[in-house]
Amino acid sequence: MLNGLWKLTWVETKVFLREPMGVIGTLGIPVVIFVIGGRLLGTNPAGAAAVGEAAPLNMAILASLIIAVGAVLSLVSIISIYREGGILKRLRATPLSPLTILGAHVLVKLLFTVAGMGLLVLAGRRFFPGAMQVNLFSFTAALLLSTLSILSLGFVLASIVPTARFAQPLGAAVLYPMLSVSGLFVPLEQLPAAVRFVAHGLPMTHAVALMQGIWDGSGWSAHWANAAALVVIFGVCSGLATRVFRWE
Amino acid sequence: MTAPVIEVANLRKRYGSTVAVDDVSLEVHPGEIFGLIGPNGAGKTTTMECIQGLRKPDHGTISVLGLDPQRDATALRQRIGVQHQEAHLQKRIKVWEAVDLWSALYSRVVDPDALLTRLGLESKRNAWFMTLSGGQKQRLFIALALIHEPEVVFLDELTTGLDPQARRAIWTLIADIRARGTTVFLTTHLMEEAERLCDRVAIIEHGRVIEMGTPADLVRTHCPEQSVIYTSDGSTHTLRGEGDDFVTNVINDIARSGVRVRGFRTESPTLEDVFLKLTGHGIRD
Ligand SMILES: Nc1ncnc2c1ncn2[C@@H]1O[C@H](COP(=O)(O)OP(=O)(O)OP(=O)(O)O)[C@@H](O)[C@H]1O
Ligand SMILES: [Mg+2]
Repeated sequence: MLNGLWKLTWVETKVFLREPMGVIGTLGIPVVIFVIGGRLLGTNPAGAAAVGEAAPLNMAILASLIIAVGAVLSLVSIISIYREGGILKRLRATPLSPLTILGAHVLVKLLFTVAGMGLLVLAGRRFFPGAMQVNLFSFTAALLLSTLSILSLGFVLASIVPTARFAQPLGAAVLYPMLSVSGLFVPLEQLPAAVRFVAHGLPMTHAVALMQGIWDGSGWSAHWANAAALVVIFGVCSGLATRVFRWE
Repeated sequence: MTAPVIEVANLRKRYGSTVAVDDVSLEVHPGEIFGLIGPNGAGKTTTMECIQGLRKPDHGTISVLGLDPQRDATALRQRIGVQHQEAHLQKRIKVWEAVDLWSALYSRVVDPDALLTRLGLESKRNAWFMTLSGGQKQRLFIALALIHEPEVVFLDELTTGLDPQARRAIWTLIADIRARGTTVFLTTHLMEEAERLCDRVAIIEHGRVIEMGTPADLVRTHCPEQSVIYTSDGSTHTLRGEGDDFVTNVINDIARSGVRVRGFRTESPTLEDVFLKLTGHGIRD
């Protein structure tokens, strides 16, 4: 059924590209935030070096995570619209496996995450030359792992959201607060113990730590625990989603 | 007698406290067009979706082409075609993309372009799904259900929303695919459609099959009474009766009486009359 997976992924990619708001939201907005935010605050090429200090905003990491969050919000809303419109049901009656039907959406989202990352890099080279001294391959891999982990949480959200109308608000209400306790704005050490405890269970926190580490140049080996946490969260959320997912 | 294509025994399905299907048993034979008719909420769609394996029955056994729709779902999906009552496609998918995607999913498919032409959609190949009219969407769904020449095709309310012309075209198409040996299981709200297309129908109400048989048999059993309406001397007379000789007898009586007849017609009951009589109300569209 690999043929079906590619076909469906390609169709979903085209369908998504035809929706102007979706593309602007997922690709355009992070770049705008990156460029404007970077101009205002001045990019710190080794932003993470300052963890524990007075919160230097690393705009590149923020923008990357907004790409990831955008992808997840878009997934939650597409899945709930497809469920409401009976599109999931129609696909389910074909020989496509359930995993393929949902997997195609994951691939599309990862594809657009990479595209968004590409735009970010181009914008960075253009507006902040000198600030982009990062191993892009490694950084993109970290972003993809983070996105995948957050996407699995997105599937749980998509399963519980009652109607398509609530998909975006619910997704935003869950995902954006995660950013605020992720250590990106306020170092984890400065958070109250209870909040810090919760933050350690959230994918965003590990995503930030991993990506800051890679931006820093300290690499995967220094942050294997964060990577492992992202994988575990992916496993737990995917497992949960397969149990609670509703096709209609 | 060959084995039935679809065998349902004591099927029950409830949603929360709503009993949607309550002890339904039926058989559909190879090459037959079988119709499930009943008022809104009678349980037609639920029954069909249990047979397709999209819903898990609470009770009862189902076999389709010798397969268990739950256990052998993957094998079954290659061999059946499904047209849902209420299910859309991606808003911005093009007609040809949908057909192309569906073609890629089955091991054996018909020529997609010929199928689109047959359904009058050739000029819409490049149109987005969301721009199609209701009837055009419906025809696209039927195309998707037939793309792989399934052995059994399920059509839930196949002509709802179609104009009379398109409806007739679909009827011809269904008769065609049956002529090639495909078994058809459909639901409809149009008694004319059921009477014209179906070899056998089951009337379902409140989740129970209340009657099953050929349309002609059902009419003969439940509404045997015919009417003769004739006009003579400026007034109209209506005579009712039943039996094979009823009309002949009326004609003979009139001839014998010597009155001058200016108009004469007979009225025979239809499946709709049977439906009204058995359910106590019409189909609520
Ligand atoms: N997903 C669902 N959740 C809860 N109740 C449902 C669901 N689907 C159907 N029902 C209920 O089950 C009963 C049978 O519904 P079903 O859709 O099978 O009827 P139907 O004969 O197809 O009706 P129609 O002619 O309107 O299509 C109805 O009372 C309906 O309200
Ligand atoms: Mg129905």
